Amino acid sequence: MNPVPFISSTDLITLLPLISLATGTVVVMLIAAFARRHGTVAQFTGIVLIITLCSLAYAGKEIPRTVTPLLQIDALALFTIALLTLASLAITLIAYPYFQARTLHREEFYPLLLLALLGAAALASANHFAALLLGLETLGVALFCLASYNTRSQSAGAKSLEAGIKYLVLSGIASALLLFGMALIYAQCGQLAFDAITLPPAVSAPAVDIVLFYGGSALMLAGLCFKLSPVSAVIASLSKSAVFVVLLRYVIASDSLQSPQLFGLLVIIAGLSMLVGNWLALMQDNIKRLLAYSSIAHLGYLLVAFLALQGSLEHNSGLAVEACSIYLAAYVITTTGAFAIVSLQSSRSEQEVEHIRDYNGLFWRRPLTALAFTFMLLSLAGIPLTAGFIGKFYLFSAGTQAGLWSLLAILIAGSGIGLFYYLRLITALYKKVAPGSENLDADSGTTLSPAYIAVAVLALVLLLVGVYPQPLMEQAQRVAETLQIKGHMASK
Amino acid sequence: MLLVNLIAILFIAGTLCWWIESYNAQAPRWIALAALVIDLCLLAGLIPTLITDSESAVAAGTWMLQWQAPWIPRFGISFFLALDGLSLLMLSLTIFLGLIAVATAWKEITYRPGFFYFNLLWTLAGVIGIFTALDLFLFFFFWEIMLIPMYFIIAIWGHERRTYAAIKFFIFTQVSGLFMLLAMVALVFVHYRQSGNLTFNYFDLLQTTLSPELGYWIMLGFFIAFVVKLPSFPFHTWLPDAHTQAPTAGSVILAGVLLKTGAYGLLRFVIGLFPQAAQEFAPVAMTLGVISVLYGASMAFAQQDVKRLVAYSSISHMGFITLGVFAFNAQAYQGALMTMLAHGLSSAALFAIAGGLQYRLHTRNMNRMGGFWLTTPRLGAITLFFCLAALGLPGLANFIGEFLVLLGSFQSHATLTVIAALGMIAAPVYALMVIQKIYHGTYTSETTSDSTSESPPKSVTEEIPDTANSDTDGRELGYFSALIVITVYLGFFPQATLQIAQPALNNLLNTARSTPSSVVARINKQPCNCTIRYQQP
Repeated sequence: MNPVPFISSTDLITLLPLISLATGTVVVMLIAAFARRHGTVAQFTGIVLIITLCSLAYAGKEIPRTVTPLLQIDALALFTIALLTLASLAITLIAYPYFQARTLHREEFYPLLLLALLGAAALASANHFAALLLGLETLGVALFCLASYNTRSQSAGAKSLEAGIKYLVLSGIASALLLFGMALIYAQCGQLAFDAITLPPAVSAPAVDIVLFYGGSALMLAGLCFKLSPVSAVIASLSKSAVFVVLLRYVIASDSLQSPQLFGLLVIIAGLSMLVGNWLALMQDNIKRLLAYSSIAHLGYLLVAFLALQGSLEHNSGLAVEACSIYLAAYVITTTGAFAIVSLQSSRSEQEVEHIRDYNGLFWRRPLTALAFTFMLLSLAGIPLTAGFIGKFYLFSAGTQAGLWSLLAILIAGSGIGLFYYLRLITALYKKVAPGSENLDADSGTTLSPAYIAVAVLALVLLLVGVYPQPLMEQAQRVAETLQIKGHMASK
Repeated sequence: MLLVNLIAILFIAGTLCWWIESYNAQAPRWIALAALVIDLCLLAGLIPTLITDSESAVAAGTWMLQWQAPWIPRFGISFFLALDGLSLLMLSLTIFLGLIAVATAWKEITYRPGFFYFNLLWTLAGVIGIFTALDLFLFFFFWEIMLIPMYFIIAIWGHERRTYAAIKFFIFTQVSGLFMLLAMVALVFVHYRQSGNLTFNYFDLLQTTLSPELGYWIMLGFFIAFVVKLPSFPFHTWLPDAHTQAPTAGSVILAGVLLKTGAYGLLRFVIGLFPQAAQEFAPVAMTLGVISVLYGASMAFAQQDVKRLVAYSSISHMGFITLGVFAFNAQAYQGALMTMLAHGLSSAALFAIAGGLQYRLHTRNMNRMGGFWLTTPRLGAITLFFCLAALGLPGLANFIGEFLVLLGSFQSHATLTVIAALGMIAAPVYALMVIQKIYHGTYTSETTSDSTSESPPKSVTEEIPDTANSDTDGRELGYFSALIVITVYLGFFPQATLQIAQPALNNLLNTARSTPSSVVARINKQPCNCTIRYQQP
């Protein structure tokens, strides 16, 4: 065990994103407590997020760096934090008009959002079980509050409470499993830092421990359905990608994909989540539920890239890590965008606009919104011109290199099912409407421009990545390189 | 640069159509027409160089134009377009039929015309991309890009069951496309392991040596995608629905152009990249082709719906192409190419006729029609001409194509060819049935009163009184006569057209021959006098 040195100024610089998020959360919370003006709180949240983004540039000069044994700030951590901060910025922009149209408690949403992001950021840079647990619980507490945020509302209160309790129970079980898994791993190798853990060769017992570890994480990953749109976006993008990144880091460091049982288990999970997620999404008429189920399927796709890690390490190429990063980026942008549009439509009145029929003929009423939504859906379906396609292309590349043929076949089947419900939505958007009924949804008078900006930017980023993906690929390559060096050293 | 311009003009004009719609509903169709005419002129500008250089082109290489720019260096992907004789003919067909499609849509499309022409032009731009892309990633990119606007054309402007048909069309093509993507990536990584060079360039990938088993699987991925698009027998079920439900212009593009992308893909990629695997697979593929010929013809005979009938006849004609492509000799390739062109023209014309009938009668059910010759003799004569073309009357383009296919494939697989030739008997049966049911018999005016049950778009319903009994107008006569002239020209003077594609076809044949295979050796022993002037070994 290394002695803990005092924190140097360089360490502080690399920690800047986390520090600014933590300070920002407190500041925004205080503002929300004393100056209860929705606009002010939202503005300060935006400022905190922008400062965090700027601080990433400074931190980027010092990476990779291990700050205390707990945190490892490297390209992967910064890539994930940048991605999630941008997503949170978009969520803030969307949330403002959404809450403006409602008579809920509005201000508390923003500190909770920042807290969730802080937890996710800690997870993304965790290099130690303690940091993992801290990050996970910070994220979990914020998410629990967000899930049951709507409790006071007349119409959706009961459902909101139900969602919160469900989440609390599930995350409690997951944490318990996770802790149990950690204890077992500690008993096995006496270490808690990721890179110190090595799988004892050819013993069947530790595989069970690691199965427990993954059992905990997998439960965390399980998609949950939420009623409040911006919350759904937070859940979908922040928690899943942060947990995924920590998994990635852990697996590369500990090389635990070598265990065939674990590999097999993950193959089964990936296959099932692709098929079941898509199949359940097929049954939905509610867009938010549809997107939530489809996100389970996307997690399955992501696991394909994750499983390709094993083959990728053999060929000593970072393709699988790259595929994970790209797919994650595409997925976060796209999901946030899709939820943004549902919130945008819901911001026009106090009603939630989330049933497919509410979107019939949207293209003829609001061509640009519908067009942006089409791009998001095509990206989710993985059609070219969008980021989703680049992600899918990477999946195919990584899967092919690792020779995961059966999973790729399931991926194709899953995509086929997925296409059906995405196309069903797109068809609804472009349904011919009887002349005269073209202006059904009148504006409620609240300003929608922040949400429009968020949707427009997300759609443009989506297209840009789809048409010219090289810059993003270079970032992903950097992520892969740093992790590869570590993985290589760990295997020695 | 010309190739990029061809695509860019259509993309830009399409966007312009959409934008201008809110200012002037008449403008989009003129813009679409202008864009396609410009493209046609650009292509026509190539022809003089082609004729003078044809001898040297054969000697020097087959590629007339190339344009390359780096796109995604990470994977060695470039924006690589090139044109050879095969592509040139396909491009000409695409743009010409694009003009026909605009002409058929001229009056039919009244709902959101700007967005319609946007989709039409983007589909065509995607197809041009497919016919010229020589980077596999770029090819796949265009392959998928083309789907989305076509989906919208069917889903928005289609007939009664448009949603079902559009989704079926999209899912069939997309899922089969994913198999192709998988095969592409696998091929690229095999090549990467051999040469250490990660690239999607067609010419580089030609150098890959594949083990027979791996080559077979990779070839199969491409084969599935193209055969679904073609379509061939077990994968055809999307086609009757999509064709029937699409608006006339959509059917014209689908039948005339989109199906040919499958045939082109078989020639360029399946035969070009996997000559050996393709030869081993040839008996299976040819059998599928023969089944398509007979199955399509017999299904066509059983249809009540004019458009469905034409759709099934397309499956039958596409069967000849599969047969020809996998016969591995010059006559069969020429035949497949000629069938592609001829079927493009004749099926486009037949769908335009079916569209014209529906515009007048508001039904596609042939049992409700009859004695129509009395009121529209000109349309009747045109229908008769294209039915004769479709059934393979000598002197018209389709005959040349199917004859050469049968001639060529007889040398490589006599039994299958004999069975496929039965399709030539079935074709007159369904083609003449069309004439008999629609134009002969007693005239029934009952047809128009049924229009409500078919629920056409509202805007069309209002125009019933004027259109029911009117014969072809100047616009219709114009595009039908253009189609007739070209069909006759190709029927009487096929040599000039085949000459253009000859270097490209020879190239393909040479790659196929250079691989050691007993099949090819057997074919080449047999000389053939009758079409020797087409062959330029």
